[in-house]
Amino acid sequence: MIAWITRAIVLACLIGGLWLFDQSRAHRPRRIDIAREQGILLIANGTEPATLDPHLATGVPEHHIFDALFEGLVATTPEDPDANGPGAATHWETQDFVTWTFHLRKEGKWSDGTPLTAHDFVYSYHRILSPKLAAEYASMLFPMLNAEEFNKGQVTDFDKVGVVAIDDHTLRITLKGPAPYLPSMLKHYSWHPVPRHVIERFGRMDEPDTKWTRVGNLVGNGSFKLKEWRYTHSITVERNPHYWDAATVKLNEIVFIPIVSDATEERAFRDGQLHVTNTVPLPMVPVYRDRHPELFHEYPLLSTYFYRVNVTRKPFQDKRVRQALALAIDKETLIRNILRAGQKPATGFTPPGSGAGYEAPDLLRFDPEKARRLLAEAGYPAGKGFPRFDILINTMESHTVIAQAIQEMWKKNLGIPAGVLNQDWNVYLDNQRKLDYDVCRAGWVGDYLDPYTFLSIWQTGDGNNDTGWGNARYDELMQASLREKDTAKRMRILTEAETLLLDELPMLPIYWYVRNYLSRPEVRGLRSSLLEHRCYKAVYFADPATVSTP
Amino acid sequence: MIRFLLSRTVQGIFVVLGVLCITFLLLRLAPGGPFQSERAVEPHIRARQEAHYGYDKPWFIQLARHIAGFATFNFPPSPKLKGMGVEEVIAQGFPISTAIAIPALLIALLIGVPLGTIAALRPNQLEDRGAMLLATLFICTPSMVLGPLLGMLFGLRLRWFNASGWYSADDWVLPAMTLGIIYSAYIARLTRGGLRETLAQDFIRTARAKGASLASVVFRHALKLACLPVLNYLGPTTAGLLTGSIVVETVFQIPGLGQHFVGAAVNRNYELAMACAAFYALLIVGFNLLVDLIQAILNPRIGFRS
Repeated sequence: MIAWITRAIVLACLIGGLWLFDQSRAHRPRRIDIAREQGILLIANGTEPATLDPHLATGVPEHHIFDALFEGLVATTPEDPDANGPGAATHWETQDFVTWTFHLRKEGKWSDGTPLTAHDFVYSYHRILSPKLAAEYASMLFPMLNAEEFNKGQVTDFDKVGVVAIDDHTLRITLKGPAPYLPSMLKHYSWHPVPRHVIERFGRMDEPDTKWTRVGNLVGNGSFKLKEWRYTHSITVERNPHYWDAATVKLNEIVFIPIVSDATEERAFRDGQLHVTNTVPLPMVPVYRDRHPELFHEYPLLSTYFYRVNVTRKPFQDKRVRQALALAIDKETLIRNILRAGQKPATGFTPPGSGAGYEAPDLLRFDPEKARRLLAEAGYPAGKGFPRFDILINTMESHTVIAQAIQEMWKKNLGIPAGVLNQDWNVYLDNQRKLDYDVCRAGWVGDYLDPYTFLSIWQTGDGNNDTGWGNARYDELMQASLREKDTAKRMRILTEAETLLLDELPMLPIYWYVRNYLSRPEVRGLRSSLLEHRCYKAVYFADPATVSTP
Repeated sequence: MIRFLLSRTVQGIFVVLGVLCITFLLLRLAPGGPFQSERAVEPHIRARQEAHYGYDKPWFIQLARHIAGFATFNFPPSPKLKGMGVEEVIAQGFPISTAIAIPALLIALLIGVPLGTIAALRPNQLEDRGAMLLATLFICTPSMVLGPLLGMLFGLRLRWFNASGWYSADDWVLPAMTLGIIYSAYIARLTRGGLRETLAQDFIRTARAKGASLASVVFRHALKLACLPVLNYLGPTTAGLLTGSIVVETVFQIPGLGQHFVGAAVNRNYELAMACAAFYALLIVGFNLLVDLIQAILNPRIGFRS
């Protein structure tokens, strides 16, 4: 009897303890609510940035952080991050798109209070172009007169490069040829200023490994400044009181959290740990889009998913074969049934919005009839005698399902046998460079709002061509576009070039990317951007009382 | 004893150096390199980068330079970690991995040893079958399944703990539980095997014949010996736990060491991969030595002969 009473007491204590524990734990405040009250935005940011040196970075996670820490001559505007608003420069003028004069704001300062002058920009461009720094994105500055020559060591005197500080607040940039898209380009972080007075305290101008980017050292000119950097944990930035437009900044801090796994990120979002995610797991896209439209966001990006075709191999030398392959891909079905994340079927190579006034040719609609005819003309009626070939992809679930779907479409519509060849990222890159493939998956991201950033890679022997394709007329058109001063005429030249490209088809465009992400309904002011720019000074929290939160 | 320690230390140094060499060579044999990128980089920039980090030299000179760097604690800079040393990455991740490893180990022992003992005392009966079924289930459940399950139950559903992240003082609980439950299964099986073998031995029968109770025989005599295989297993396991688990770190968003073991190799971050491998080897050597010492104390038949 006593034993039973003891057992009952023990059981009661256990259950009571669990209930008490549940009571004390289950109603803890959510991280996002505490953060909102303090004006802190918690935002997921993909992977850990490789560096916070804008001259040495190459990735999107870094890009998102630089939009808070640095600002170019031209900057995003709160209304449209892709617009060219005033940044370090208040205004600029050019007559011929070759010589540009930028007027820097007199009150411009670094985040430590040091004045920001035109000389800082000259120093910054000198640094990124220094051969010894070996900056991968130095080529972004090559439109500048003699920049490429200086970077390659053919010109050793930096005074010959097309940038000069007329006085403390006037900067003149001279280009090789007319480039109306220069302001859009200047927003890229490779054109951001870096602080001479800090960099030289930690090493030489052209040393890549110094500690100037660490917390306590790093000084920028953006709306926020670096507060904390916990490796693979988070990067925290706080408002910069010396920023010229500090009055507009509403947030006190932004915390960038590197979450690699999209499933973990989605759980963290549901757990109330993130205001904004970096992406949405593919299977969850339809769920959020239908059931939680107030959390789900998507916007188009300036990037293209496509297949390269190795034109040095038989039977892909024949452009009719390439056209047949392109026309036999039913992109709408692929996106609707397999990708399901709102991607846009690519009817050309340059995505919509690539540049004001650009009319992209719309040539690649699904047409299995014409595809079969072209293949028959090329000598493979109904796919007879077509050699077996492989679609090379790097190992990733999403690439596999696309390749399998296209494999099936080619088999069904053309009767040709394709295999799918999976390779590790490094092997895949290597084989693509060495032209050791038949057809291979690829992506291209635009750096600025102009078709040139997409079309230039198809010039003969370009480092990113990787198909063995070359066309004298195409090269000629690309070069002509660099000399043309009339914007409308220039756009027509580029349209002609893309039309030629889409007839020759060294690559098969598949879709234009979109970015999906989740955001708490109280977060306001984050706007879509083709170039993934963010204007953080426009971001604020709405009063939670006015927002219906699920 | 001193000779034993000395000889094991010398052995350990060779093991670590060997691990460094093998890691470097394996990574060098793998295609690609730290400077590969999707976007083509101007050849003159690539050449400059390689020259800066000494990657333009023949492989044996690179190997010698790297080994010399590690041996003198003057760690080689990595092109993938600009302005940050490999030692900083390890120093940052190791305390976090330890904060999860120690509770995980305790959970594994607290579940595993009693489970194994119960199973051993009632061989082939319901208790044994039940305990071993549970152990098999735990072994078969991968951490990438168990982790999200725990996260969803205790995080999203009950809201007892954060579903992921490394923010509050109690964020070690779910990852430690995930690892602890999985490792407890191995410990249960080892305890069961060890205890059954010990219980069948003559000295146990003698003790029982002299009138000692089952409990005192099991706890005072048998468990000590039965734990030897568990102890053997714990050495490398502790080293493994202390260096983190990539799966648990990814599932729970923990900034520990485990992610670097895979990440560094995949990104061809030779320096960090070497540092991680060497650090792991160092821990393995250290814990194996510790286990040997404890075993010698527990079992006088094992001496300090190297």
